[in-house]
Amino acid sequence: MLKISKLHKSYPIGDSSLHVLKGIDLSVDSGEMVAIMGSSGSGKSTLLNIIGMLDELDKGEYVLDNVPIVDLNEKKAAIYRNKFLGFIFQSFNLINYKNAIENVALPLYYQGFKRKERLEKALFHLSKVGLSDWAKHLPNELSGGQKQRVAIARALAADPKLLLADEPTGALDTKTSHEIMEFLQQLNDEGKTILIVTHEEDIADMCKRIVRLKDGVIMEDKFVTQVRASQYV
Amino acid sequence: MMFLFERDTWQEVYDSLTKNKLRTALTMFGVWWGVLLLIWLLGSARGLDNSFNRLFGDFATNSVFVWGQSTSKPFKGFQEGRMVNLTLTDAKKVEENIEGIEFVVPRNQNSSLVVRNFQSGTFSINGDYPLLDKVQKKKLVHGRFLNQNDIDENKKVVVISEDIYLQLFEKDAEVINEYIQINGINFTVIGMFKNGNQNMGPTSDIHIPFTTFQQIYNQGENIGWMMLTGQPDADIKQVEEDAKLLLKNLHDIHPEDKRAFGSFNLGDMFDKFNGFLFGMQFLTWFVGIATLIAGVFAIGNILLITVKERTKEIGVRRALGATPFEVKRQIIVEAVFITIVSGLLGIISGGLILILENYKWGQGPEATLVNPSVSIPIVFIALTILVVLGSLIGLIPAFKATSIKPIEALREE
Repeated sequence: MLKISKLHKSYPIGDSSLHVLKGIDLSVDSGEMVAIMGSSGSGKSTLLNIIGMLDELDKGEYVLDNVPIVDLNEKKAAIYRNKFLGFIFQSFNLINYKNAIENVALPLYYQGFKRKERLEKALFHLSKVGLSDWAKHLPNELSGGQKQRVAIARALAADPKLLLADEPTGALDTKTSHEIMEFLQQLNDEGKTILIVTHEEDIADMCKRIVRLKDGVIMEDKFVTQVRASQYV
Repeated sequence: MMFLFERDTWQEVYDSLTKNKLRTALTMFGVWWGVLLLIWLLGSARGLDNSFNRLFGDFATNSVFVWGQSTSKPFKGFQEGRMVNLTLTDAKKVEENIEGIEFVVPRNQNSSLVVRNFQSGTFSINGDYPLLDKVQKKKLVHGRFLNQNDIDENKKVVVISEDIYLQLFEKDAEVINEYIQINGINFTVIGMFKNGNQNMGPTSDIHIPFTTFQQIYNQGENIGWMMLTGQPDADIKQVEEDAKLLLKNLHDIHPEDKRAFGSFNLGDMFDKFNGFLFGMQFLTWFVGIATLIAGVFAIGNILLITVKERTKEIGVRRALGATPFEVKRQIIVEAVFITIVSGLLGIISGGLILILENYKWGQGPEATLVNPSVSIPIVFIALTILVVLGSLIGLIPAFKATSIKPIEALREE
């Protein structure tokens, strides 16, 4: 599904440069649910951004779904992102003047679906996250948990191969976090590959595999017994 | 270009423009005002142009009137203050000798009591040649103007204006071949013309053959004044000077005597008015286009701010798969859309102002702005300029929007 080898990334800071990722090797199979953990500055977000093609790698190889990701220009990156990836952000990143269903339909717009088809699909995904009654509501009329569910529906709308979640529960209370995690687990049960960046242990425990980063290298990579979120809800 | 016909494109434009209505309105104000100014001023200039044209209306505009006054310098034994009378011979000499002359029309005028049945009035009577019709076009409603036959046979015929008809004749009375009495002599009415909108020089409502005039007023060779019309390419100012010099020579007048002959140069006046109108139109274009450009720049500026504010949103869109091209296209469509909409509003409101002007100042014979309007091609030129400027100015925010990497855009708070 995803294969990264000898990945390096550094950022220029003034005259010097900050070496953030120092040779990461990671491969993820289809159907996995991986938590990427680490303290701030460990490079976990940078790794996710490179996987998400929001950022470019300096050195190394990255193959996604048997497609080597090289020579990324913006256009190519946009098309890959649209085709392969679904993003879930900590701060939801919904477009605040579009209602829930339009937000969900947005990736489909860039895939070139006709409006009618798009809204049908969007409604289907909204009902999957249990928000079909809220389709016409603007983001600021929704609670945090609802917003994140809309964001998940949006990430799913384009039927991506890989879901990337950057601290998906970071802005939510514990109860809502568990609801979201329960939902992500369900998606994983249905076969979606999911990558979650988090610094919360209990969230990481709800995944099937935990990758710990420290100072730009992988410290630990282990498979764990998944804690089902449903037991907390 | 199919995307222009898709509902989504416009939905996006609508969404982003209605997001901040006040700002959108303020943005549109600049272009709206520029176009309004352009349409309004151009239309008014046209109205002024039209009313000047109507003022000069029926006159050949490259004409000059010359009449005799009194001398101001002694010359060849004559004292100053001698009265100068122009004669038919002068007219003929001028016509023969001055370069660039098309016609010379000698005229005479006197005022007399005119009687028709029980109506009477004192009007000025003009002794004229048929040629007058060429210089000062008469719009005949009935009958004909004077002809050479009338001149040759000293016929007692008269051509009158509609005004005279209304004053002397009963309502709806027949006019052609009826008689009116001028100076106690019966004249047959052979034509009636519509009064011009404005008159240049002395009013002329009653025209009788020149030769008849000579007889009844005992004028001999004397003429009141002559109208000189230059050939289309002639310099009428030069014609005027040459003619005056020749006349001074013929009448033994000092060449530098400025008072001996009076003149009124229509062509010169006309040129001045035309120059004024041209200047006004130039100013209008200049001010209009400059305002327009300023307005379009304001739009570019505001869009730049909008793009800055929407950095994060644009980042999200790009994370969701919007290509840089799609992002740019959207912003340019927005820019062109607001320029066109505000431009159209400007054209419409400018048009309304012109309608109002026409209603207030464009009616009746004394109108100062006749038919103030802007031609369709000019409207299209203005619209094209708007579209071009709109897309050019849209390029700046569009490139700004995609110059930031999506990851940086997403980090923006």
